[in-house]
Amino acid sequence: MALLEFTDKGIHCPQAGVYLDPWKPVDRALITHGHSDHARPGHAHYLATNAAAPVIRHRLDVDVETVEFGEKRTINGVEFSFHPAGHIIGSAQIRVSYRGEVWVFTGDYKCEPDGLTETFEPVRCHTLITECTFGLPVFNWQPQSEVFGEINAWWRANAAEGKASVIGAYSLGKAQRVLAGVDESIGPIFTHGAVEATNAVLREQGIGLPNTTHIVPGISREIFPGSLVIAPPSALGSAWMRRLGPSSTAVASGWMALRGVRRRRAADRGFVLSDHVDWQQLNDAVRESGAERVFVTHGYTSVFRRWLETQGYDARIVQTDFEGENLDADAREELVSETASTGGNSP
Amino acid sequence: MKRFARLFAELDQTTKTNAKVAALAQYFREADDSDKLWTIALLSHKRPRRTVTTTLLREWAAEAAGIPDWLFEEAYPIVGDLAETIALILPPANWASDKTLSDWIEIVKALQGVDDQEKKRHILAAWQTLDRTERFLFNKIITGGFRIGVSQKLMTRALAQATGIDEPLLAHRLMGDWTPDTINFDDLVLADNPGENLSRPYPFYLAHPLESEIEDLGQPDDWSAEHKWDGIRGQIIIRGGELYVWSRGEELVTDRFPEFTAFKDLLPDGTVLDGEILPWRDDRPLGFQTLQTRINRKTVSKKLLSEAPVVFKAYDLLETGGDDIRAKPFASRRRALETLIGENDIGGTLRLSPLVEFDAWDDLISEREKSRDVGSEGLMLKRKESPYLAGRKKGDWWKWKVNPLTVDAVMIYAQSGHGRRANLFTDLTFAVWNGNELVPFTKAYSGLTDTEFNELTRWVRKNTLERFGPVRSVKAEHVFEIAFEGIQKSRRHKSGIALRFPRIHRWRRDKPVNEANSLADLEALLPEGEPTS
Repeated sequence: MALLEFTDKGIHCPQAGVYLDPWKPVDRALITHGHSDHARPGHAHYLATNAAAPVIRHRLDVDVETVEFGEKRTINGVEFSFHPAGHIIGSAQIRVSYRGEVWVFTGDYKCEPDGLTETFEPVRCHTLITECTFGLPVFNWQPQSEVFGEINAWWRANAAEGKASVIGAYSLGKAQRVLAGVDESIGPIFTHGAVEATNAVLREQGIGLPNTTHIVPGISREIFPGSLVIAPPSALGSAWMRRLGPSSTAVASGWMALRGVRRRRAADRGFVLSDHVDWQQLNDAVRESGAERVFVTHGYTSVFRRWLETQGYDARIVQTDFEGENLDADAREELVSETASTGGNSP
Repeated sequence: MKRFARLFAELDQTTKTNAKVAALAQYFREADDSDKLWTIALLSHKRPRRTVTTTLLREWAAEAAGIPDWLFEEAYPIVGDLAETIALILPPANWASDKTLSDWIEIVKALQGVDDQEKKRHILAAWQTLDRTERFLFNKIITGGFRIGVSQKLMTRALAQATGIDEPLLAHRLMGDWTPDTINFDDLVLADNPGENLSRPYPFYLAHPLESEIEDLGQPDDWSAEHKWDGIRGQIIIRGGELYVWSRGEELVTDRFPEFTAFKDLLPDGTVLDGEILPWRDDRPLGFQTLQTRINRKTVSKKLLSEAPVVFKAYDLLETGGDDIRAKPFASRRRALETLIGENDIGGTLRLSPLVEFDAWDDLISEREKSRDVGSEGLMLKRKESPYLAGRKKGDWWKWKVNPLTVDAVMIYAQSGHGRRANLFTDLTFAVWNGNELVPFTKAYSGLTDTEFNELTRWVRKNTLERFGPVRSVKAEHVFEIAFEGIQKSRRHKSGIALRFPRIHRWRRDKPVNEANSLADLEALLPEGEPTS
């Protein structure tokens, strides 16, 4: 019996009787982070990190049992622990160990410290299950400081023209990363309801974020020129934008590295900012895990598997329901979470 | 290169036409003459002669990035552009440079005839000197295909703003087979009499699809109609005892159509005809597929000449006796054209595109229904009073195509798109029934909304049966209505047929797979008596 096996419900540990980020309802679910393709409704028991739990409770309206990063939980002899994945606040890799055999499931992750989320820590293992959303050598992120330099310059130029700068960023994760990374001295920062609802949950758990003003109906449009507005990607180009007056729009995503994808989004600017590993980080992470066997999940799996094989790994593809950084999945989830937040479905 | 890269970034960062024109006009005011000239050339799809093969560029880029060739080749179709793939894959530059666009172009040109090792040294040095955007542009200069969301029309408008020269006049000056090596900026753009360039074509006048009901065009009396032929739009120029054949893509294609050589002895000097290059036999057009076998051949064999013979269907006269008559009304140009062709025995290779006689709009409605029978795509409507304008202009010329043919087919393979669709499965292969077997017969890439492609992409991920490299076979579960303009027999296709302009018309969620059409249904749509190509 393998320590972890891949079933139609998700990644299963038969010895402990638990699942990692399952996509169909199960009895016991260990959750890496709160994005909707990893934390799904309908499980009987949830376990996540202290830092990830509030958002999961808020989004799914469920009870979540928590652990600290690094804390060990033993279930039927199998030892589980959560380690920082650097993807969003509270996101974790899950380490599974039984009788000396160690597996690590990365969930979604990135290695570059962003000053907001807990910095990724490599975890040694025999078998690694890794995402490879951007597992192609054309994806090489610039340092975050350069990207924020571009975002600040864009904001300043718009402010000089009397326009609002509207940036489409996923409400959980990317929105806070943008917020924490921009130069607050340029102007006021406003948020869409979906972003503000998540901000509120994170502030409540003690995360320091710059001041933001929630855009409520009836707000005067005279206050927007010169400001930065953070909204879900789905709000860009929607009727909601009309209340902002003249504006320039931007999308922040790893996909913006590809000119073709950038042009498909009808935004004025595309900033290359991802919460996933790029090619170099992915290769470093695999190497530093010390794993001999690697399962690759969502992303450019067949190419990355072949590349790993040429590097001497026993590499295999696993088909999962995880979606990685999918521009359009983001848009879909935003609608869900906005309905939830306007429906008064708070924790 | 920094100034050109800034222009590129400005153009690339906006989707607004006015902002693009403003950025270009500003560039045309600031850049030096040789950079301006090269910019006009690149945006007119003229590039320096290729001095380095793309094979070598790929090899060197993969080596510099420390990855195997196969990995480069996997990444390339996902990015969708070779120049961009190389720019993204290379490690960051080590130093910077002040060289201008023209300086870099001279460097590229100087590689002609140099041995590969020396070429490699220069290219690697360039890559190490240029930042990511500059590198992309440098690669584009070598590989060609400069599509940066700026049409020739926009470029001409910006140049008109920067120079104060009338736009249609500029459009005409920029036509033809000039290169930055044969002309300077002043002579091309500013000179009143821009050289005696005998081969210079006129800008083509392009029609819009008819948007309203035919009756809304007003009095039938004010209009002429003719069939719309499915060939290559062409302009034939006879000046100085020479013949020049231009395609709409502004490509000089004289040598590819030796059938037309005789025109220069039969038509008077100073004649320019607008018309359609059409494959033709036994008094009807052969399908476009037939012409396709010739389009990219630089030399045309006897065999090809007899298998795919062409005629020129003339529909307009732009110059006669050396005079530009484009400002005259269509009706008068047409009469002059009829006289000219009527007077000359051209042996069947030069033909008039006949006008359709009609008194009422209803006559045209029924004539349009016959389009497929005569091998045309529909009708063209031209206002009798209309001058010959430059470019795509609304109001006087309309194309009125027949409704497409359709068939219900099953999706059986999916492949992710490239470029702007890199993360979606958009390249789909469709099949029809042949007995109990599904036979693939066409691919289609367009016609669904982004939302539908997203939904389909999620479905493909979960319903993949097998992977063949980038192609996935999927469960035969979804039926789509495929629309197309024409159908022909084809030996090159497994199904024995080839479609013209196939695209997805709609997703037939209401249809079970067993109700999709059959190969026999498709074959019934083949025109009668058409030879296999």
